[in-house]
Amino acid sequence: MRSSVIVFPGSNCDRDIAVALEKMQFKNQMVWHKETKLPKSDLIVIPGGFSYGDYLRSGAIAGKSLIINEVKNAANSGCLILGICNGFQILTETGLLRGTLLRNKNLKFINKDVYVKVTNNNSKFTNKYKKDQILNLNIAHNEGNYFTDQKHLDELKNNNLIAFRYCDEKGSINDFYNPNGSLENIAGIFNSKKNILGMMPHPERMVDEIISNKDGVNLFSSLLN
Amino acid sequence: MAKQFQLNSKKNKLKFSVTVTLKEDVLDPQGKVVQNTLVNMGINNLKSIRQGKHFEIDINEKELTVAKKKIDEMCRKLLVNLIIEDYKINIIK
Repeated sequence: MRSSVIVFPGSNCDRDIAVALEKMQFKNQMVWHKETKLPKSDLIVIPGGFSYGDYLRSGAIAGKSLIINEVKNAANSGCLILGICNGFQILTETGLLRGTLLRNKNLKFINKDVYVKVTNNNSKFTNKYKKDQILNLNIAHNEGNYFTDQKHLDELKNNNLIAFRYCDEKGSINDFYNPNGSLENIAGIFNSKKNILGMMPHPERMVDEIISNKDGVNLFSSLLN
Repeated sequence: MAKQFQLNSKKNKLKFSVTVTLKEDVLDPQGKVVQNTLVNMGINNLKSIRQGKHFEIDINEKELTVAKKKIDEMCRKLLVNLIIEDYKINIIK
């Protein structure tokens, strides 16, 4: 499977995702944001970081970069797109995913391992997980508080487009285990065709027992499935 | 200011400011913290504070309506996230 990782000035999880993809036998290429042509890819990853120093709004400037038009075209023709952390913020700024990510409710940058529940395992991204499986993933963000209008929220719920929700160790979804104030504890969502996934937690940081755990591995093996 | 406006208009230049604020039903934690701090400082007749962004924009255009339209386009396309933010365009000169 061929993957492309888009690199912006200020991206800082691009190497991590590249290492994870290569470990999982993806044929990966890094693509600088000023490129106007994308290499042929089955998966495009928009990595985490602080593209353009989070100027204006997180992801706003990256969302208007040259390569994004190519990403949009690829998305429309069914290519798989994964946006992690700042990548999720960029996807909402481009309009590929609806809603937006507000500042964390407690106004603090949060960097910790949290529990998330796989609320939909029927997708190209999550099919190797069990439904309602609880994962321990790292989050590291200042704007992860997902917000959208009621109509879109209903759509997300009715069409099962919420991929991950923050929960406690036992899988209970409640306010106390909502790290950033996100609507309905949302940690990741799909677009209506489910070829685009945006998520705040970092699966690429969870692919090796030596440094963390392997809860992120199945996201990549799902893609290969 | 009227004189300056004429002068700028002659020079094909107009100056605008844009104020961007979070919509009323969107939680503004920064505004809330500023508000609480002011209350703690003893300013107790304070009702509410919303924090926002301010842009100053010079544009090479002499027609006010055309310029305003351009500024509006900038707002909708980049400066403002219409899901959560409102904006006001003001002419400075």
